[in-house]
Amino acid sequence: MTATTPGLAGVPLALTPLNRKDFTSDQEVRWCPGCGDYAVLAAFQGLMPQLGIRRENTVIVSGIGCSSRFPYYVDSYGMHSIHGRAPAIATGVAVSRPDLAVWVITGDGDALSIGGNHLIHALRRNVNITIMLFNNRIYGLTKGQYSPTSELGKVTKSTPVGSVDYPFNPISLALGAEAGFVARTIDSDRAHLTEVLTAAIGYRGASLVEIYQNCPIFNDDAFLDLKGPKAPGVIRLVHGQPVTFGPDGAQSVIRRPDGSVAVVDTADADPAQVVVHDAHADDPTSAFALSRLTDTGVLQQAPIGIFRQVERPSFDDGAREQVRMPETSERLSALQGLINGSDTWTVS
Amino acid sequence: MSEVRSVDRVVIRFAGDSGDGMQLTGDRFTSDTAQLGNDFSTLPNFPAEIRAPAGTVAGVSSFQVHFADFDIRTPGDRPDVLVVMNPAALKANLHDLPRGAVILADTADFSNRNLAKVGYTSNPLEDGSLDAYEVHAIDLTGLAVAAVAPFGLGRKDAARTKNMFALGLLTWLYSRPEQGTLDFLARKFASKPGIRDANMAAFRAGHAYGETTEVFTVRYQVAAAPTPAGTYRQITGNTALAYGLMAGAAKAGLQLFLGAYPITPASDVLHLLSRAKDHGVITFQAEDEIAAVGAALGASYAGALGVTSTSGPGMALKMETISLAVMLELPLVICDVQRAGPATGLPTKTEQADLFQAIYGRHGEAPLPVIAAQSPGDCFDAAVEATRIALTYRTPVILLSDGYLGNGAEPWAVPNLADLPAIDPGFVTEPPADGPFLPYSRDEKLARPLAIPGTPGLEHRVGGLEKAHGTGNVSYDPDNHEHMVRLRQAKIDGIAADLPPLEVEDPGGNARVLVIGWGSSYGPISAATRRVRLSGRNVATVHLRHLNPLPSDLGDILRRYDRVIVPEMNLGQLAFILRGKYLVNCESYSRVRGLPISLSELAEDLIALIDEQVRVDEQVRVDEQAPIDGHTRIDSKDAS
Repeated sequence: MTATTPGLAGVPLALTPLNRKDFTSDQEVRWCPGCGDYAVLAAFQGLMPQLGIRRENTVIVSGIGCSSRFPYYVDSYGMHSIHGRAPAIATGVAVSRPDLAVWVITGDGDALSIGGNHLIHALRRNVNITIMLFNNRIYGLTKGQYSPTSELGKVTKSTPVGSVDYPFNPISLALGAEAGFVARTIDSDRAHLTEVLTAAIGYRGASLVEIYQNCPIFNDDAFLDLKGPKAPGVIRLVHGQPVTFGPDGAQSVIRRPDGSVAVVDTADADPAQVVVHDAHADDPTSAFALSRLTDTGVLQQAPIGIFRQVERPSFDDGAREQVRMPETSERLSALQGLINGSDTWTVS
Repeated sequence: MSEVRSVDRVVIRFAGDSGDGMQLTGDRFTSDTAQLGNDFSTLPNFPAEIRAPAGTVAGVSSFQVHFADFDIRTPGDRPDVLVVMNPAALKANLHDLPRGAVILADTADFSNRNLAKVGYTSNPLEDGSLDAYEVHAIDLTGLAVAAVAPFGLGRKDAARTKNMFALGLLTWLYSRPEQGTLDFLARKFASKPGIRDANMAAFRAGHAYGETTEVFTVRYQVAAAPTPAGTYRQITGNTALAYGLMAGAAKAGLQLFLGAYPITPASDVLHLLSRAKDHGVITFQAEDEIAAVGAALGASYAGALGVTSTSGPGMALKMETISLAVMLELPLVICDVQRAGPATGLPTKTEQADLFQAIYGRHGEAPLPVIAAQSPGDCFDAAVEATRIALTYRTPVILLSDGYLGNGAEPWAVPNLADLPAIDPGFVTEPPADGPFLPYSRDEKLARPLAIPGTPGLEHRVGGLEKAHGTGNVSYDPDNHEHMVRLRQAKIDGIAADLPPLEVEDPGGNARVLVIGWGSSYGPISAATRRVRLSGRNVATVHLRHLNPLPSDLGDILRRYDRVIVPEMNLGQLAFILRGKYLVNCESYSRVRGLPISLSELAEDLIALIDEQVRVDEQVRVDEQAPIDGHTRIDSKDAS
């Protein structure tokens, strides 16, 4: 029996139900006290048994950085690899094994700086992997340098008088890279984390989930204004729903005539102009416009939820469909025929 | 009728503009040569630019084929026949011609403008400057255009058949069969009947031209070479490499996964394997060299045979991932088809200068096996061997080929795959009966057990952080690190115990000079030393397949000789390693011209060196007989 959700099709189902402990390794977790990574790990270990797949058919590939220690703490197959290269390694795993659920664990420095090339190509190809991008807007493991998502003016060890380095918006980047599944969630909202990650692994193709994750040591409270169910700056995106947010939905996102979006007081908004979120729209324009509502400086406002979820052929399925492995008994003779070629001569 | 004269060997070089079809012409001539049972060796030589400016020396493309009625090892240094399609081709190649060689020139392109473009102030075909050669100046283009007139091609397409006219003429001159090329043209241009018929007509016309005119008073034949019984085909190194990888994977019962990024001169490996989908081969053209090896490593982790192919600059980019593979102890085959560097260097020319990079090019103590192929056909065996070592020892293996092997062709006795020994990947499938699974425990070869994802009960994590011996858990313990560094080294060193004894060739049995080589210098070394032996001198040779670890009997062999010469297409990398490891005075013989080492130059140099050694020995004997302080000096070496 294999799973039926598209993203897990081909992955065998567990014979007996699993629980959180089955996904907990015997290794001591060594993140700093208060690190947002704990919450993500807990959510992950909570959702894995719910997927119903076999533990041994789960592979977690990570890069380098604090979050990339993640695979050591999950009792499945896993590889802690090289800075920035996890999407490339995971591509090899996913293409050669359709029976595996493949996760990539990465961070803002890992995925967006040193590994930017692998990330965009994995997304555009739509390899069937689920990428959890832990964004804490700082380099943690190297002890506090600015990252490609740090805000302009950020004072860090390597930018003592303030960063002049303009940040990436990971959601905009992923949409520009043709990603078919793009979402954002936050470490402080366990239910939302679980919901988004479950949708992401269920997507057939590359899914990118940006996770706002607090680093209490080097960038504490970077997401403070987005914390809690009533945080005023959190714009929750729900497919099919009008995009309103804030206390009692006091603010709405409207579409301007030029296609961009803007935040207005709901009281002043023409209901016909309020954006109704369509994550399944083939055209990424609307999703991109919504991604631009993310503050580039100190974060006070950001949309969270699934920006885009559209069906696209996945690379690994396409690659495998072209390949036919001969029966074991025929393999050598077929190969013998190939290497013999058509232009031989015989010396007797 | 022309006289038919038998010769034992001929070297022909076809040279023209990049767009003149010289590679195709040479390749066809080689195929027909193969059908006659001649031994042969080829050297394609082309510019890095796809279409360099027409008529310039920079844009000259050439193809050399050496064929003989005996076992030959190189494409030859100096052509007996040079076919030139324009003045630039003449200018670029004339300096390689020995006096008396035949020049067949297409006069159509010897216009004043083309002559001036390459600096000729008068036409060398007419001004007597080529009197030392046998020049045949023929309007090949004009004759070809006339021959294809009935097919209604445009002027340009008609003129492009000149290479087939030239091939037809050479086919007649060297008594090659015509049918192979006619069949080939029928296949190649099946969808373009006009072009097909015109090319066939031009080819036939060239053949008929040789037969009916009296331009050539002599035609030649080269008898078949005596070769061991078997089925033969023509093969290039890159093709043999691709087939060897497939054979290794098939023998191990694994899927072959190639991750690659296009790079000269390795791209053909990607091309060939991407056409082998019906054989279960997955190819992945990655976004860069790093992703190519990364995906291959991921595939190996998942239980396939992960392979990546590249050349020098790509190797540099892959090294971080190869180091991870050393730490993870996963099988991986990295094929480096070397080219002349550094940087972009001479991307279409050959070199052997990545040896240091292959053996030492990683961070930390990161030993891995390095092996090299010695001839185009040998790339097959080397690839099977790389696969065997990678899977047996759970290690990345670097396989060195080079541009000369990759693009060069030779006759190849097609192996019977059933005769190749099986390779057992030995994946662990069951949890141990006693205690936990220890992914970093060791077998007698110091290899670790591999459990691939999907295996229940053996879930474990691997990673770049130092592994605790046994469990494989992350360990920062100083003693454990020292143990693991030494253990990884001992595992690779231990491969030497698994290698067959080296074969030293010394037919005379009392050589004082040993020539040792690796990789593609095998051809020039074996041809040059044969010439040395034919001159009545003794010389010993040994050629290395395994460069890391070195075979365990190598030190004793090196110490047996008075002089050890190491010819390489680099500045002495193997010589440096041998001196360092064995404290033997190995002398580097180095050439870095982007071309194979010249066999005649090497032979002359070896002869001079051997004669010098004989004189030194004579002097030693004289000195020994002269009493020193009333005693006779005895040199222990000579006494033995």
